[in-house]
Amino acid sequence: MTRHSLSFVVAIATVALGSGRLLAGQGRAGQPPAPPPTAKAAAPIDLTGSFVSIVTEDWRWRMVTPAKGDYQSVPINAEGKKVADAWDPAKDEAAGEQCRSYGAAGLMRVPGRLRISWQDDNTLKVETDAGLQTRLFHFGAWKAPAQAKPTWQGDSVAEWESGGRGGATTGSAPGTSDGGSRRFGDLKVVTRNMRPGYLRKNGVPYSADAVLTEYWDLYKEPNGDQYIVITTYVDDPKYLQQMYVTTPNFQKEPDGSKWDPTPCSAKW
Amino acid sequence: MRNVKTIALTLTLAAILLGRVPAAYAQVELGGNWVSLQHEDWEERGPGPEVVDYLGLPLNAEGRARALRYSTSSLSLPERQCLYYPPHYVVLGPQGLRLWADFDPTNGQVVAWNISAAIDRAVIKIWMDGRPHPSENALHTFAGFTTGVWEGNTLTARMTHFKEGYLRRNGVPSSDKATFTMHISRHADTLTITGIIEDPVYLTRPHIVNRTWKLDPSSNINPVTNPCVPEAELADLKGEGTVPSYLPGENPFINEMTRMYHIPLEAVMGGADTMYPEYRKKLKDAYVAPTICTRYCCGWGGAAGATAPGLQCVTGGNGQINER
Repeated sequence: MTRHSLSFVVAIATVALGSGRLLAGQGRAGQPPAPPPTAKAAAPIDLTGSFVSIVTEDWRWRMVTPAKGDYQSVPINAEGKKVADAWDPAKDEAAGEQCRSYGAAGLMRVPGRLRISWQDDNTLKVETDAGLQTRLFHFGAWKAPAQAKPTWQGDSVAEWESGGRGGATTGSAPGTSDGGSRRFGDLKVVTRNMRPGYLRKNGVPYSADAVLTEYWDLYKEPNGDQYIVITTYVDDPKYLQQMYVTTPNFQKEPDGSKWDPTPCSAKW
Repeated sequence: MRNVKTIALTLTLAAILLGRVPAAYAQVELGGNWVSLQHEDWEERGPGPEVVDYLGLPLNAEGRARALRYSTSSLSLPERQCLYYPPHYVVLGPQGLRLWADFDPTNGQVVAWNISAAIDRAVIKIWMDGRPHPSENALHTFAGFTTGVWEGNTLTARMTHFKEGYLRRNGVPSSDKATFTMHISRHADTLTITGIIEDPVYLTRPHIVNRTWKLDPSSNINPVTNPCVPEAELADLKGEGTVPSYLPGENPFINEMTRMYHIPLEAVMGGADTMYPEYRKKLKDAYVAPTICTRYCCGWGGAAGATAPGLQCVTGGNGQINER
């Protein structure tokens, strides 16, 4: 390749890079940039609808209340064990603390149904029939109110993580009909300011300092099934030796006809 | 001729920069050593499930009947000692994983992703080059045949053509008609694999399981497995021997879960309806929690593996049941 040709290649590449930036910026010189799209408009995946827990994991610790002192699989520390060993559901009920196992850090593992909708263009709402809880995922520049009182569901900040394109590395895309055109991505949610609660019905605790990080993925199967899988991290140095990582999953249902509102219970 | 080459190179470069050709590489780097995080189903994956525990499995009657005939002692038969689990054991077992790519040496394209073997499972190769699955009548192997496609940052792999084996280590069967889908997603330094197992012979609906691993470059995970050499382990299994199993209605362990954990037998037997929230409500009046945990209570690491000072746990131990 001559030096002249090389210069031509570099020039074309520069133009290509520049046009990419221009497209990404959505604006032209002298004109104000377009406002960023709302979270609802920018959603790479559609999480809205009715979903049901499919309890295939940790059945014995989720579908029934396990025995006191059963912390199996939880990286609990000595302080956490001390709290769990003092678990008294009757005392919780009497103190109006019956929703302790329905706080954000444990709620998605409680068997039940989800109703997911947009409360507004930048707030995704997740309601549960188990415990009648509502989680609000705030996108954009939302800030939690200063010195807000901790709640069961805490303050959740959300962002879409873009997933790029689909398709095989080379050749066609086996096993999917729309690889290459569908939008992909996941939802990242970070929740703080939670009231102390339980990771498990039998009083395995998380503290007010716990931070919950979740990645919501949506998988569509060739037979039409849709699953939400939530990779969930609970970071709580007060009661855990390391991050507690779980992955509850939900299957989409055609409608909300099986929604069964059930109040919090400390005993069941 | 030189000009033609220059123009072609220019157009290719421009197209790549504008993102108009397929990426030559994976969207996400999956390669590396991943250690297993066993914060879910530790007992099933670690020491092993209870002898008769089909909780959370969408078993049909045939699958349940075959599971109840199983005796773990059958694995002592020399001809069974070196049998692998089916490839879906990658999400059902406890092992860490090593993932690596095979590249086309002529253009650097990823031709396949590989998931390391375990002592009891073959290497899984996920073909990424668009090749079709073989005929339905083609050979079934311990590794199966798998093709993959990127769905955004998730690698979705669909597997067929693997041998029959077990869905749970206590003898719940998996047939050679089963298929296995994996959605492999990386979030920061955590790998999540969602496994969906469909089996028209033994399951009434897809069985979905999610597992996580943490990236650990310092871990030493063997990509292949060591050779297995069978030998007669039990005196009465040498020579003519028998095939350990239980006749219908004679499994002596059928009530263990009810005795130890107060789980009704109907739930222990599994079935799709036991996987939904409605079933939890059905159990409400039939279940009374044991007063205290007596076995594997800490699970994760137990007291010996725990780093927190003063932590004491009931670990039970393999084969040891602490009676209340």
